[in-house]
Amino acid sequence: MTRIALTVNGSLCEADVEPRQLLAYFLRDQLGLKGTNVGCDTTSCGACTVLLDGESVKSCTVFAVQADGCEVTTVEGLAQGDELHPVQQAFHEQHALQCGYCTPGFVLATISLLKENPNPSEVEIRDALEGNLCRCTGYHNIVQAVQAAARAGA
Amino acid sequence: MENLPLEGALTATFVRSLLAHAHIAGIDATAAEALPNVQVITAADMDLGVFGPPPFPGLNAGMGRPLLAVDRVRFVGDIIAIVISDDRAAGVDAAELVAVDYDPLPAVVNPREAAQDEVLLFPEAGTNLAARTGSPEHDEKLFDGCDVVVSGTLVSQRMAPCPLEPRSAAAEVGPDGRVTAWLSTQTPHQDRMVLAGTLGLDPAQVRVVGPDVGGGFGAKMLNVEEVLVVWLARRLGRPVRWTETRSESMVALPHGRAQRLDFTLGGTKDGKVLAYRLESLQDAGAYPVLGAFLPNLTALMASGVYAIPRIEFEGRSVATNTTPISAFRGAGRPEASQAIERALDVFAAELGMDPAEVRRRNFIPKDAFPHTTVTHAVYDSGDYEGALELALRSVGYDELRDEQRRRREQGGATQLGIGISTYVEITNGIDETEFGEVEITPDGGAIVRTGSFSHGQGHETTFAMIAAERLGLPVEKVTVHKGDTDEIAKGTGTYGSKSTQIGGTAARLAADDVVEQAKKLVADYLEASPADIVLDPAAGRLHVAGDPSIALSWADLAARASADERLGELKAEHEFRAAATFPFGAHVAVVEVDTETGRVELLRLVAVDDAGTLINPLIAEGQVHGGVATGVAQALYENFVYDDDGNPLTDTFVGYAFPSAADLPSWEAVEMETPTPLNALGAKGIGESGTIGATPAVHNAVVDALAPFGVRNVDLPANGENVWRALQEAKA
Repeated sequence: MTRIALTVNGSLCEADVEPRQLLAYFLRDQLGLKGTNVGCDTTSCGACTVLLDGESVKSCTVFAVQADGCEVTTVEGLAQGDELHPVQQAFHEQHALQCGYCTPGFVLATISLLKENPNPSEVEIRDALEGNLCRCTGYHNIVQAVQAAARAGA
Repeated sequence: MENLPLEGALTATFVRSLLAHAHIAGIDATAAEALPNVQVITAADMDLGVFGPPPFPGLNAGMGRPLLAVDRVRFVGDIIAIVISDDRAAGVDAAELVAVDYDPLPAVVNPREAAQDEVLLFPEAGTNLAARTGSPEHDEKLFDGCDVVVSGTLVSQRMAPCPLEPRSAAAEVGPDGRVTAWLSTQTPHQDRMVLAGTLGLDPAQVRVVGPDVGGGFGAKMLNVEEVLVVWLARRLGRPVRWTETRSESMVALPHGRAQRLDFTLGGTKDGKVLAYRLESLQDAGAYPVLGAFLPNLTALMASGVYAIPRIEFEGRSVATNTTPISAFRGAGRPEASQAIERALDVFAAELGMDPAEVRRRNFIPKDAFPHTTVTHAVYDSGDYEGALELALRSVGYDELRDEQRRRREQGGATQLGIGISTYVEITNGIDETEFGEVEITPDGGAIVRTGSFSHGQGHETTFAMIAAERLGLPVEKVTVHKGDTDEIAKGTGTYGSKSTQIGGTAARLAADDVVEQAKKLVADYLEASPADIVLDPAAGRLHVAGDPSIALSWADLAARASADERLGELKAEHEFRAAATFPFGAHVAVVEVDTETGRVELLRLVAVDDAGTLINPLIAEGQVHGGVATGVAQALYENFVYDDDGNPLTDTFVGYAFPSAADLPSWEAVEMETPTPLNALGAKGIGESGTIGATPAVHNAVVDALAPFGVRNVDLPANGENVWRALQEAKA
């Protein structure tokens, strides 16, 4: 076991983890943050995307020990009370989710994208979200939502 | 699903076969069981029979699947043993220590070879033939009178359904001995019956709960894994849970399609189709389930949107050493559409006629509904030519043909292809029933209980809208409950795009019954005759006809009825059964093909999908978008592949070409509404039509781009490699 200390959604937490423990399962199983979904085992689908020091990472490919001393944001850390994050609001309004399993990953990847490029073109959005897979929406409304969030200045 | 807290639950991890076909000479679990708190269970520990095949007519009953492999494994992924551990990591560690001694057997992967019956999966059955469809008898005169007869082959390739949430199951036996199963499913009520039947339990002893489920696409019907989890919970007396990994899911969750169709189509030189023959060979996978039966739907829908006087269909389904084939978005109908739409384009090319014109000359006319095809499908309503003209106008067909001509004359490497598909499909295909119940709550809102199930389709919104409109309540006051067999009296679940048309109609009729019952109660309270009470749906108030001032709102009525203990009178249930409906549409795809490298880029896809009356256009359009993406995925990208020994080569998201946003364009969905007369909503299904329409449009577009090179066919998926191969063959 290794002792780690990190900030998750603004709260400092310390925990003992197995060196092989992946960040995704640490968040889910040890911290109970079930919004981080696991959809594959090859770093392909992006469902487990979280922000690590503000940048999107696939938490299934980060060891929990690598997050030691870092700041992690999961989907649970986005809304302010009942008020959704502007990217979440845009996904809601544009019907950008159906089953919702991929959605936390897409929302966090979008936040990361818009931080780097506040006004992306459709092609830039599609390329930036290449690492996130969705089986329900055909991506159309996800792209619309990212554009709407960009317009809203998210 | 995996989020469910379940105190003290054990984790099940399946030890799966690494070989496609082998005798199991022995299983040594000593090293695994030496780990703390690990137990290994094999077939020797079980006393259960085989699972399936399901009771579809014509399925070979001698090909059932043992819940755990007995002596023999038949595909990579077959379950050999179960590791029970305290958590997932310990389970994976222990599963790797279970030593399986295999005696390899020759594997048969290609269904044409399987049909030769040289390698048998079930020697005691004496054949690999799992089912037959249609008649092997040929009518020698089928193509008499035809000026032109064309033929070809369409292989609708094997696909992995890939819901983003892998399957998950948990089970717990309560103090009363009843077992509760939480399943990532589409069909809680059917699961309950199958679980009870397989485990020899009274259905009253089984509760199935479907929590939020992350997609299904036809694949999340009850399978051996869920049965094993429930059996384990009973056997061990502890809660048990299982969640599959993606790599596990890619081989263990049933696949879809895998049907080869050899077509022959004949007609007159002015483009009238007279006869069509389809020969189908369905790969059923290692244990024939629903997939082996699906050629029946392909046969039923063989005629497509065309009035074809003579059709022959002969189908065989065979077992192979591969993952079993079941339903996947479209389930038997995409195959029919892919074949007839390809055949029609080959026919058009042979005649030198525009593919749109050939279609116009063969459509079942708008005034001919209901129409019975020679394959005995009874189409309820349609306007096929209207859909095509709308799609052609929307895409700018004539201008695109001009642009294509210019590019062909210039002779550059990048050529334009335009593909059309006009399709009809069947929803609620086996005339099923669905249950709906509406109940007024003490605060004057309503609960809709449905036997249908939502795993992303938005029933929570659509069904609430249906009931809210009939009751005159704001939609926020209506809550939809689903998926718990203890709360919902019965149900058939969600598949075959039937939810709104039968489940939605059941909810509507139950709401109407509640209104009638409310009128009686209001009549009592207002001392009037029930016949004189009317509902003002805009205001959500019941009043005496002609005098809106003497009224009770739902909230008033519910409060008063609660106080009088008469709230139970404001509750009604309805079971709705109806014949199948036939959504239809027209898709036009525009592609660019690099004729030197084979690279294909889909530029546009215009989709006209007519599913009758739409309840929630936003949700319906979302279904079209997702459906189209899956159709395009089959046309251009996905293909689940095995090597000759039955080893899967595409069993991860790295190897399997699941398209991302970067691989697809935005969609141009165009609404069209031709109501069905078969239900009060006028609604047909919308979940699969996009998939059924899109694949042939894109496929035809790629072949169209290559027409000047003499290419008449490109195998699916029409990706760079297959395009390049087709070009090389045409040059040879």
